[in-house]
Amino acid sequence: MKSIVCVKRVPDTETRVRIAGDGGSIDPSGVKFVLNPYDEFAVEAGLRHKEQAGSGEVVVVTAGGSESAETLRTALAMGADSAVLVKTDGKVEGLAAARVLAEEIRGREYDLVLFGVRAIDDDLQAVGPMVAELLGIPCATAVTEFSVEDGKVVAQREVEGGTEVMELRLPCALTLTKGAYEPRYASLKGIMAAKKKPLEEKPAQGAGGGAPAEQKLSYPPERQAGRIVGEGADAVPELVRLLREEAKIL
Amino acid sequence: MAAIFAFAESREGELRKGAYEVVTAARQLADRTGGEVHAVVLGASGLRDTAGELGRYGADKVFVGETDAFGHYSPEGFTTVIVGFLKEHGCDVALFPATVLGKDLAPRVAARLGVAYASECTGIEWEGGALVVTRPEYAGKVVSRERLADKPAVASLRPNTFTPAESPRAGEVQTLDVSVNQADFGAIVREIRAAAGEKLDVSEAPIVVSGGRGLQTPENFKLLEELADAFGGKAAVGASRAVVDAGWRPHGEQVGQTGKTVSPTLYFAVGISGAIQHLAGMRTARYIVAINKDPEAPIFKVADYGIVGDLFQVVPRLTEEIRKLGL
Repeated sequence: MKSIVCVKRVPDTETRVRIAGDGGSIDPSGVKFVLNPYDEFAVEAGLRHKEQAGSGEVVVVTAGGSESAETLRTALAMGADSAVLVKTDGKVEGLAAARVLAEEIRGREYDLVLFGVRAIDDDLQAVGPMVAELLGIPCATAVTEFSVEDGKVVAQREVEGGTEVMELRLPCALTLTKGAYEPRYASLKGIMAAKKKPLEEKPAQGAGGGAPAEQKLSYPPERQAGRIVGEGADAVPELVRLLREEAKIL
Repeated sequence: MAAIFAFAESREGELRKGAYEVVTAARQLADRTGGEVHAVVLGASGLRDTAGELGRYGADKVFVGETDAFGHYSPEGFTTVIVGFLKEHGCDVALFPATVLGKDLAPRVAARLGVAYASECTGIEWEGGALVVTRPEYAGKVVSRERLADKPAVASLRPNTFTPAESPRAGEVQTLDVSVNQADFGAIVREIRAAAGEKLDVSEAPIVVSGGRGLQTPENFKLLEELADAFGGKAAVGASRAVVDAGWRPHGEQVGQTGKTVSPTLYFAVGISGAIQHLAGMRTARYIVAINKDPEAPIFKVADYGIVGDLFQVVPRLTEEIRKLGL
């Protein structure tokens, strides 16, 4: 089972985000960068399906600057076999990222192209299906679990009110969300081995276009603290009264 | 000014809440641009009657495309039909709901057209001949304002943000020809398995009753289910990451940075301390009520109303009082 897993370098979830002076980007100083948590599910899924099949490989790909190499090493430490850093001029997102990734993947042999359902920085949730469109392969998003049987993928998707079961022919793309593929921790042995695994750096092809112009960032309005209505069950009637008469929502 | 396209999502012959929200948003935008709102509904059958309702919410025309192959969502089929529609009608803006389906469909449409896409928008405006959107990034810690210069500008709209409002227009129902060959599709939905008990999804419910580790055991979540029931079908149960990780509640109920982002009218945070990652998922709720035995819990800093106390006393009392309202 050959998987190509697309990953992204993102700020850690605990990060206190500060907007840079230019108002169009985040100040990276002091920020801890990690492998996008949703991409970890994708790497894990690739590894498990390779293990289940008994053979195959997991190749991780990212588009970005040279600092993204450390993100690839994290995936290699988990057990991926090789990595490719497609070097771009600055950060690429959305359709621009999809074009760069599709260009790298096109012409390669693979059964699956795996993604996290979204990146926790831009929360765009688009690159996976966009790459699939550009490659002309079917895709299922928000997949919690999938199996490969008789040359097709049976994927479970988390939808409002339940689970949708989708069948896709191979090769296909899947974007993963939290479900069956809790990611393994990289062992010390894995971290050491990662240093020697192939990591190829190459310039991006096919980039550009589609990126929205003029992005301005600001902070959302602060929620003001309200008030403690009272203590214990005795405070409940007053709470209900406030919800009805003050908030006017019941 | 060209038309504004509104994708009206449906499931099993019924329009979903997002359909009304998107048509309302399209109408409000069209009122400023002078264009028409063209809604599109896709499914297998039985949609023509309900489709007409969209006229009340501002659709000038409602195009209904019905074929057996659209009994369930078809990523490739819907994309082909919509891309064809947008090209033929020369729409300047294409709006979708930021539901699971919408967020799957909209980026495909954008990629096939070679245009940019903005997801989960909380605001849309028309400025200088282009769509300007507002959307959250970094789990809502930052708000991004972007101008989408491409035509059509493709955007998906965050649920529970654009309140459906009546603004009647003709809503003229027309048939959309959808000749697709299912044999061409590489991906097919086989079935949807409903979650136990036909539950309202936490991302769509106007009221969310959410619990954390303070509930102490999975069985105690019954208290929250009873409170949710007291709201007459308008409330869903939510959960913090801790209780989902512990296996007490399904991931579909998780609210937070690695779960769902919800924007209900009323959010109860019961036995939830209020970690940053949880707040990321519910900070845009209109009203937040916190119930926690720890007066120092961070959740009280963002709650509009709070009760400090033992939730095992407070919640049953609250359920009793809400039941009396007969909602």
